[in-house]
Amino acid sequence: MTILFYTASAVAIAATILMLTRLHAVHALLYLIVSLLAVAVIFYDLGAPFVAALEVIIYAGAIMVLFVFVVMLLNLGAEAARAERSLLTPSMWIGPTVLAVILLAEFVWLLVHGSTPPTAVAGIGPAEVGMALFGRYVIGVELASMLLLGGLVGAYHLGWRKSANTEVSRASHP
Amino acid sequence: MLPIREGLIVAGILFTLGVVGVLVRRNVLFVLMSIEVMLNAAGLAFVVAGTRWRQPDGQVVFLFILAMAAAEVSVGLALVLELYHQYKALDTDAISRMRG
Repeated sequence: MTILFYTASAVAIAATILMLTRLHAVHALLYLIVSLLAVAVIFYDLGAPFVAALEVIIYAGAIMVLFVFVVMLLNLGAEAARAERSLLTPSMWIGPTVLAVILLAEFVWLLVHGSTPPTAVAGIGPAEVGMALFGRYVIGVELASMLLLGGLVGAYHLGWRKSANTEVSRASHP
Repeated sequence: MLPIREGLIVAGILFTLGVVGVLVRRNVLFVLMSIEVMLNAAGLAFVVAGTRWRQPDGQVVFLFILAMAAAEVSVGLALVLELYHQYKALDTDAISRMRG
């Protein structure tokens, strides 16, 4: 049981170190995604399946998509085409693939040896988390929604101001 | 038996790696990624502690960290795009002479 935990921890730490030492942002992003998936496996191992699923969906899914989007947005043109070609060389994807295959092997092992988490007796399921979240912590949910709204408005404002400025400058200097 | 102490050690190592990333790397994208690693490590510590005491509170706090990370990264990446348009660089040293 604990061997899964130690393997996932080793993968998480190794992927994070490799992320910090990459030069190219896309390479680092791949390692960061593997690191987040490894932490999700740790969560599952600790008996927190709901948080493990959210880690995969929101962290490794949504937030990393934002990162990949910005990285791809920042280098366009012929240089980007050259970079794209270099992305397909094995030296680029072999490291994250090996680490991800280790995590996949753990996942398959868990599926074969019973689908419940190893520490199911101590596990805290989604129902308990939901009861606490919308019971005692409901004010936190409201504050989180306000924070997300603030983030939305802030990101929209930062992205919109530039074109508005050019409109204004064009209007003032015809 | 739950690996509580080891879980906290892993969270500490990941957080330290995030701090090292923020201090060492000069590319602002790497700084943002290191901040994500730090937030994730803090969430891991919360979930480990919540499992130790058999309470869902740790996971609830992790959900709040998740929402905070999403808001932070959306504003942060919008600032990165703005920085790139202004200075044509992702170097944090490029904006060290910025005046308010």
